[in-house]
Amino acid sequence: MCGIAGFFGQPPNGAAAVLADMIGAVRHRGPDASGIHIKETAGLAHARLSIIDIASGQQPMRTADDELSITFNGEIFNYVELKTELERHGHIFRTASDTEVILHAYRQWDVDCVSRFNGDFAFALHDARQRRLFASRDRMGVRPFFFTRQGRCIYFASEIKALLTVPGITAEIDPIALDQIFTFWCPLAPRTGFKGIEELEPGHRLIAESDRLVCEPYWRLTYPRSGEEEEDRRSEPEIREELRALLLDATELRLRSDVPVGAYLSGGLDSSIITAAVKHIRSDRLRTFSVTFDNAEFDETAFQNEMVAALGTAHSAVATTPADIGALFPQVIKAAERPILRTAPAPLHRLSALVRDEHFKVVLTGEGADELFAGYDIFKEAKIRRFIAAQPQSSRRPLLLRKLYPYLPRLAGQSQTYLESFFGARPGDETDPLFSHLPRFRNTASAKMFFSGALKAELGGYDALADLRDRLPADFPRWHPLSQAQYLEAGLLLPGYILSSQGDRAAMANAVEGRFPFLDHRVVEFAARIPPRFKMRALREKHILRDAFQDLLPKTIANRIKQPYRAPDAPSFSGPDAPAWVSDTLATDRVRDAGLFEPRAVEKLMTKCNSGRPLGFKDNAALVGIVSTQLWHDMFTKQAAQPPARKIA
Amino acid sequence: MTDSTESRIRAFIQDNFLFADNLDAFANDASLIEAGVIDSTGVLELVSFLESDFGIHIADADIVPENLDSIASISAFVRFKQASIASVA
Repeated sequence: MCGIAGFFGQPPNGAAAVLADMIGAVRHRGPDASGIHIKETAGLAHARLSIIDIASGQQPMRTADDELSITFNGEIFNYVELKTELERHGHIFRTASDTEVILHAYRQWDVDCVSRFNGDFAFALHDARQRRLFASRDRMGVRPFFFTRQGRCIYFASEIKALLTVPGITAEIDPIALDQIFTFWCPLAPRTGFKGIEELEPGHRLIAESDRLVCEPYWRLTYPRSGEEEEDRRSEPEIREELRALLLDATELRLRSDVPVGAYLSGGLDSSIITAAVKHIRSDRLRTFSVTFDNAEFDETAFQNEMVAALGTAHSAVATTPADIGALFPQVIKAAERPILRTAPAPLHRLSALVRDEHFKVVLTGEGADELFAGYDIFKEAKIRRFIAAQPQSSRRPLLLRKLYPYLPRLAGQSQTYLESFFGARPGDETDPLFSHLPRFRNTASAKMFFSGALKAELGGYDALADLRDRLPADFPRWHPLSQAQYLEAGLLLPGYILSSQGDRAAMANAVEGRFPFLDHRVVEFAARIPPRFKMRALREKHILRDAFQDLLPKTIANRIKQPYRAPDAPSFSGPDAPAWVSDTLATDRVRDAGLFEPRAVEKLMTKCNSGRPLGFKDNAALVGIVSTQLWHDMFTKQAAQPPARKIA
Repeated sequence: MTDSTESRIRAFIQDNFLFADNLDAFANDASLIEAGVIDSTGVLELVSFLESDFGIHIADADIVPENLDSIASISAFVRFKQASIASVA
């Protein structure tokens, strides 16, 4: 795990200094070593976090003939098997690193080599003979890759802040991205928050040759047509057994490391399965880490302790209060490089700091299970809403709404008619491909009422939902409704928010590498083929996953109802303990100067938040969104990029 | 009386749900749910405001959209409740 940066095309003046500045901006991702390499029209830079082949895995790495060079962030977990295969083809290796495997794999299979990789990766490879830059990113979007064009040169990096060190490249806020973030929680890739700066989409590769630049998919997240699930002919026990074998193998593969590997343990089903799987695979004492909260609404300490006792792990936890979140939040936004509508990434920054303090660099996590096996409440919600909409005259079906969100007391306490009003389908909803997510998108989008008149005018009639509908795969309408909902989570929110703002950026802020066994593409592809009824049995979420691992878990964990990971939102920025920077950031003149929100509306929202009255989802999301947008605006567009220290080892 | 009730309710909704000063364009009979103005917590906020500012008691059975989903329906509901109190007194 590392930071990468570079350029391809007409080299900038002072190319070495430009590269040094770029990699300096992402040095937090790889504090162990750094290096740059310039050859002809390509410049590559690397900041290293040493995990595999510590002695000889330095980058940028070159082939013996100096024809290929690479800067690489991430891991190719099946590098051992690929190396054996490449050696059979006559390739000779000089190191024991996975980086060198990419170079030889490219030489053997050209740009199709990425289809053979099982890993989390983002890399840029320069082929001097073909005068080509070849870059690629893992299938699910674990590792980041951003790029922009300036004149006849492409600049790329792990984080946008590296691009902003290049003379002439500036951060200009993209209003459409802001609209998308205030609807979906993330921009729709390849769009980022800034005009002219793109991200390479998950599962894509970029090929640049002289005047040609192509970004194309090498893998797509897809689902079978409804009723045609490949695994439908097999029995549930058979599928369960294969799922278990596959996930154990994916976990074992992710234990490959030359440094110790720990695990996050939230107390929920998913991280408990991964932790139990590690203990099942190897017998040594595992180190586990977790976040705790002083507010029972968010805290899962009891479940964490239960797993620690059951598995005998050596455990450390970091307690987090709203004041901690408030104090840390500017750093969270600097890392995320985009506005966020929830504070949930902040405690994960504290968690990665704890991991680092305990001298660990690598952790396994349970990320991805909710998307692949229908764990989130939104899947249940959509199923019930669809069930009600099918028989609108039924008086009994709406009673199922009572089964939703038991951890949200203010919702659970609502009258039946109000519940039906909140979750009932509007005319036309049933045929909308976004049916499953319409309540969430509409709720989130209500925060756009705070947008300034100027921003609204600039957006014109832009319709984020219509934009998303237009991007859905052609076969989407023929998928099962659960698969459609899963696609929106796994294809949109997972890379756009969970794996980025809350994942890579939160861990790499403290140079910690997260590894995600559920996101092994073999598990992803297998899960997509499992019939929906095995994922959600009636309203039992993650049915087949629970059953596949129940023998390794305490019963209370195996049968635990999903409690989504959340953190205190508005209380982190309001009330008597609010951090001092909030009043500066939301000062009327600052809000007016930024021109993104109506200052008077922001004042009224702050008055409400400071009143101590209970706040709903919308108020919390609006406040976090406004605070983070103002911080983001001030950080990236007002201040010139800080010149980083040029320390190239 | 009527104007005052409606204007107080409108002011509360403007300050707490719409976050604006003058939104005359928001019709008295517009649905607060359909317009995305009110969510589950908002219903409880509204009930708390009506009870404290108008001195009425709202039973659980009264907390339904028919009574509380527009400025007009809320105003009518408050007037009905106040009249009930007056007739009992």
